[in-house]
Amino acid sequence: MAKKAQSTLVNMLLSLTAIALVAAAILAALNAVTQEPIAAAQKAKVENAISAVLPAFAKLDDQEVDGKTCHVAYDEQGNMVGAAIEAGNDKGFGGHLQLMVGFDADGLVTGYQILETHETPGLGAKADAWFQKDGKGSVIGRKPAEGDLTVKKDGGDVDAITGSTITSRAFLSIVNDAAKTFSNITR
Amino acid sequence: MNAKDIIKNGLIKENPTWVLILGMCPTLATTTSAVNGLSMGLATTFVLLMSNIVISLLKSVIPDKVRIPAFIVIIASFVTVVEMVMKAYLPGLYDSLGLFISLIVVNCIVLGRAEAFASKNGVGHSALDGLFMGLGFTWALTLLGIVRELLGTGCFFGHSLIGGADGMLMMILPPGGFLALGFLMALINKIRRRNVKNS
Repeated sequence: MAKKAQSTLVNMLLSLTAIALVAAAILAALNAVTQEPIAAAQKAKVENAISAVLPAFAKLDDQEVDGKTCHVAYDEQGNMVGAAIEAGNDKGFGGHLQLMVGFDADGLVTGYQILETHETPGLGAKADAWFQKDGKGSVIGRKPAEGDLTVKKDGGDVDAITGSTITSRAFLSIVNDAAKTFSNITR
Repeated sequence: MNAKDIIKNGLIKENPTWVLILGMCPTLATTTSAVNGLSMGLATTFVLLMSNIVISLLKSVIPDKVRIPAFIVIIASFVTVVEMVMKAYLPGLYDSLGLFISLIVVNCIVLGRAEAFASKNGVGHSALDGLFMGLGFTWALTLLGIVRELLGTGCFFGHSLIGGADGMLMMILPPGGFLALGFLMALINKIRRRNVKNS
């Protein structure tokens, strides 16, 4: 077996410094390589979510309203056809819940996508399908501006996800919040 | 110690999950589905393999008194590599494993193998040990994921087997993790002991 380096101060400093330098160099190089794909993946995720929640549109215009990013959609003639709003809060069962909520020009919900979730798999994580058009608690076509959407337990008329009232409440409060932002968009 | 023993140790005799009972945090937290268990296992296998190789190569230049910080820097670097690559090319998987990827750094199996094996053995054996300890961890996590997903949601690798019906949700939640782990550990150790007696 090769002779082992002694634990002298110089040896310890040298070996640790060398290892840290090499590690830093490798990670810096890899960071440069992966930076672009990571940014592209995040952009693709947002773009997919926008086209999934909105009706057909010709061009997008981004606005910051109430601290939220709103992607306002127009048709060929420049009439607004709707908007996709990124909204979220920390009221979810597992922490932050971030959605992309789509509205048509009249403020009816046209769709939603979950951008970030920490909800329990099998329970709250079902929110990705539950509130969709064919789901048990569909919010599609609803108009939150005419009255906040709430779960049945709170006197509303939306079916909460079985066993996940907290997630359902968080979800609906985000949709309601996004609807308020929608009414403040400059058309 | 020959290659066959190292392979057997990692997969069965000293299996990190069923026998050494190391790395229980990711084991319980990420096995809510078979795919998550499998991916977490493979990510850990990569880190184990690479860190075992590098630590075995560097063992004679790392002084004893600073070996732990040196090992941790090496392990953390490989974990960061996995994290960045996964974020860039497998964003969907990264979203579901998220935080637990970074936590591979503090998974005691990785440091445990570095300290107990790679720092005392040659590169070839260390690589083999890392690979098969990792695969031992992987099959344990995948099995646990399959059992929990099947009982909890009625799905097998995301494909529903019982159509429409809900499973026993508890199995997906932390209590189900402990239960499945305990029963599987008892079962596997019973089989293992019987085989030891026979041979």
